[in-house]
Amino acid sequence: MQYRYKIAGGDFSNAGAVASSVKKTLRQLNIDHRLSKRIVIALYEGEVNVVAHAYSGIIDIDIDHERIKIRITDKGPGIVDIAKAMEEGYSTASTQVREMGFGAGMGLSNMKKNSDSMQITSEPGIGTVVELTTYLNGNEG
Amino acid sequence: MKISEIVNRLNLKVVAGADGLGAEVTGGYVSDLLSDVIGHAAEGNIWITLQTHQNIVAVASLKELSAIIVVKGSSPAADTIRKSNEENIPLLSTGLDTFRIAGELYNLLLK
Ligand SMILES: Nc1ncnc2c1ncn2[C@@H]1O[C@H](COP(=O)(O)OP(=O)(O)OP(=O)(O)O)[C@@H](O)[C@H]1O
Ligand SMILES: [Mg+2]
Repeated sequence: MQYRYKIAGGDFSNAGAVASSVKKTLRQLNIDHRLSKRIVIALYEGEVNVVAHAYSGIIDIDIDHERIKIRITDKGPGIVDIAKAMEEGYSTASTQVREMGFGAGMGLSNMKKNSDSMQITSEPGIGTVVELTTYLNGNEG
Repeated sequence: MKISEIVNRLNLKVVAGADGLGAEVTGGYVSDLLSDVIGHAAEGNIWITLQTHQNIVAVASLKELSAIIVVKGSSPAADTIRKSNEENIPLLSTGLDTFRIAGELYNLLLK
């Protein structure tokens, strides 16, 4: 099954809408509750990163019997130093974004902890692609 | 202890999400940084924060927290209230600041 969602940068009033919709889908598919919680947490952080740091994004979800793949593709400033961005505490969030309680610099590491594999590719000035894979049989985590 | 008992003992105002008041509380977490809560709060925790926008309910729901206490008498935004009712996560309010309400909750749950 494949699903596609569009998200708008800067739109904090809708941040989390994709994660909450995918949560319902996973419940309908009877995905194990613990697994689904991890998947949705990772997705939420990825979704919020597009809202906080990029201009617009597309989230593609691809589910089959053995794994769920989430691809988050955005148009935005991109990430120059991905290793640095992965460090807990590193954040370039604006003052406005920080006032809302985002910008702890923990989102990417939460995504890594809550998925079986995470790949980031980015072109500065163009955008970022984050791919998250989680296996549904629970054996590969 | 159930949320409803904490509401009574700490004199909290139930702003929204009253359907979730029967949930059991496993402990508390204090933070105003959403990703910190995502990384470190445990299921069933009551979360004390000064944030009032709708993303706090999204985070509480993702982490299956038992309730949110907003401090210093601040009033949550309308869409935060709507979301709290949708998700059945009680949104509670206190006039106290974070230090004092966290202290009272600590005494109630852990002392
Ligand atoms: N989609 C993205 N586009 C551009 N930069 C990004 C993107 N995602 C992450 N970054 C960069 O990586 C940094 C770290 O991201 P991370 O999600 O860990 O923390 P944060 O978003 O700043 O704060 P938090 O997630 O804790 O609220 C960001 O501050 C930003 O500089
Ligand atoms: Mg982030």
